[in-house]
Amino acid sequence: MKKVLLTGNEAVARGAWEAGVEFAAAYPGTPSTEITETIAQYQEVKAEWAPNEKVALESAIGAALGGVRALACMKHVGLNVAADPFCTLSYVGVNAGIVLLCADDPSMHSSQNEQDNRFYARMAKVPMIEPSDSGEAYGFVKLAFRLSERFHTPVLLRVTTRVCHTRGLVKTGKRVETGRKKFDKRRHLHVMAPDVARERHRLLARRMERLMEYSETTPLNRIERGASAMGIIASGVAYHYAREVLPGASFLRLGFTHPLPERLVGRFARSVGEVVIVEELEPYLEDAVRAMGVKARGKSLLPRTGELTPDVVREALSRGRRRRARGAAAKLPARPPNMCPGCPHRAFFAAAKPLKPVVFGDIGCYTLAYQPPLNMLDVNICMGASIGMSFGFSKAGGGNADCLGVIGDSTLLHSGLAGVMEMAYNRGVNTLAILDNGTTAMTGGQDHPGTGRTLKGETAPAVDIEGVCRALGVKRVFTVNPFDVMETRRVLRRELKAREASVIVSRAPCPLMTGERAGAMSVDAGLCTDCGACVRINCPAIGRSGGKVSINESLCIGCSVCSQVCGAGAISRTSDRKNSGKV
Amino acid sequence: MENNEKKSKIDTIIAGVGGLGNILAAKIVSHAFAAAGYDVKQSEVHGMAQRGGAVSSHVRAGARVHSPLISLGGADFILSLEKMEALRYLEYASSRTVAIIGDLRIDPPSVASGSEEYPDDAAERAGRVAGEVVEVAACRIAREIGSERVFNSVLLGALAARVPVPLSAWEGTYAGLMSGAALETNLAAFRAGFDNQRFRATGCR
Repeated sequence: MKKVLLTGNEAVARGAWEAGVEFAAAYPGTPSTEITETIAQYQEVKAEWAPNEKVALESAIGAALGGVRALACMKHVGLNVAADPFCTLSYVGVNAGIVLLCADDPSMHSSQNEQDNRFYARMAKVPMIEPSDSGEAYGFVKLAFRLSERFHTPVLLRVTTRVCHTRGLVKTGKRVETGRKKFDKRRHLHVMAPDVARERHRLLARRMERLMEYSETTPLNRIERGASAMGIIASGVAYHYAREVLPGASFLRLGFTHPLPERLVGRFARSVGEVVIVEELEPYLEDAVRAMGVKARGKSLLPRTGELTPDVVREALSRGRRRRARGAAAKLPARPPNMCPGCPHRAFFAAAKPLKPVVFGDIGCYTLAYQPPLNMLDVNICMGASIGMSFGFSKAGGGNADCLGVIGDSTLLHSGLAGVMEMAYNRGVNTLAILDNGTTAMTGGQDHPGTGRTLKGETAPAVDIEGVCRALGVKRVFTVNPFDVMETRRVLRRELKAREASVIVSRAPCPLMTGERAGAMSVDAGLCTDCGACVRINCPAIGRSGGKVSINESLCIGCSVCSQVCGAGAISRTSDRKNSGKV
Repeated sequence: MENNEKKSKIDTIIAGVGGLGNILAAKIVSHAFAAAGYDVKQSEVHGMAQRGGAVSSHVRAGARVHSPLISLGGADFILSLEKMEALRYLEYASSRTVAIIGDLRIDPPSVASGSEEYPDDAAERAGRVAGEVVEVAACRIAREIGSERVFNSVLLGALAARVPVPLSAWEGTYAGLMSGAALETNLAAFRAGFDNQRFRATGCR
């Protein structure tokens, strides 16, 4: 046993590997991405990036039915995509164990919503386990596989950003091989047709009763006695906040949160003066505890939105006595996230901006173009949605063609292809820009079916994006290099006016992946009219010094988009100017 | 180090801008504390929250750490990789806070567009709340060593001069996380930051 410092994600990967997992599939999504990246480093595990979460889960189901322990990982909204197989998987049951990890993102550090996925456990009738830190994440995932096989059920391992991305000390052990289980080919066992599913649903209800008994006695649900009359019920990282703020309280610490232990909750409630439930987001525990007839408070004290912090919990539980901070947060220029210097997405938006189309965005780095001064997205909802939405908008507008969908390569292959079929098949007039930077950039640069490489670093067939769009029925398919701003604008202007569905593939690699840089640009102060055109493309390398626009040459990678939008010809490559003697 | 000293809690906020190496810096600090026998929790930021935006990591060390997040007014150290970013976290500061502030300046978009001014008085403003402000010319020192990119290690060296973690724990951490020329340059930067502060530090806290 060695103690190592691991993030929650690394701890899940380590625990799953030790549990004998042989198959792991995922689509990258913050805060879950590094689990699959970490487990891919173990040679015993066939680990892969699936095109999307639904396929990841389905592949994991196949692997588990085929007899090996399997793990599927996704962020909270990924489970929406995988919800279809997930909600029937509990009827089917398992062969070897299967664990679905979903990582919620309270406060939306990197997400479009903060839905509380604990409700999925209740809806799908699946047992749920919630670790509170790295040590528990490591241990709980091992237990999850044992429970999956013991109760013949998939297990939902629910974590949150503060568990995923917090490092803590973990005592690790050795991998235990579990061997291959034989597939049971008995008729109808795994075929969820109505007659079979009706019988399976009854079995599922009985399984939930057995799991409820387990919940009463599992070491994951335990009482920690304190001296005061205050009784806290908490799970996940919220336990640690409450524990720090109220070290003297008694705790019912829940690690197994579906189904809940009714008798244990009752026993705990009777042993304390008052019960307060400390949980992030929705009153999931609170509603259940109150339905048990236990008097408890929770969301009347604590917020229902955003993640908790020790200060939020302190303020709520000490009835408004907030620890006084001496320094109010200073009023400072905001520093929102932004596309990197040299990002091809910025080049594309610089080309599109003067055309003023209605833009339906999608999920990726290009989402950041919504911010001022670019202001280039008008609508953004979820993975793949740009295409259907821009199609519907232009249809509803009686053929309003100046409507642009914008989607990245990884997102297109995740859930955009059905949308491309929609615009071709139902005769859309919208234009779709596919910003192909050859990677899944926002989550840190993962491969996908279009990159020609797998998670394990093997070569693979790369999807031909233009070919796919043509095969799906789009006649007008064009490719541009976004760093040629004027040419990109010309093609885009033409296609926005075309009374037919069109696809523009804007292709240039993510510079974070290639590491390539050209010579840095700089501003000739004598020519600069301070018109602000370069500033409006919102490049982090463009700043001001001495009241003048200037380019930070250590950040600039020389993409030249600023010089292409400069009407005064004041920006050029520093090395070129030196050569021509203008410096 | 004496054992009872080890048990005391040390909370550090590392403030920066996405892409500057905030996560690696926090990882080095947390590993060094762990190597020195502390319980450690370190919370960091990934994904969209990272792309050039304001980011912070919380590193907590003590006998037993529960919350991964530091409470307001609870920071012992604020280590700022960028000049003005320390100011964003002054709510976490108190009279016992030491703010260590580097010399790298990155203009936020509103400064670039000219609609807001970059606060040139970061150290002074931090000093109104924090007990002590330490300005470190990290980029300059790193340039002298031969690579401006290792300025983070200069700042980590300055932090190391003030926390009860033996140098061997820091050096072991570096050796575990990098190798070759990168290790050498970073260690040189770290030592330069350490030496820069060793004589000024008011002693181990």
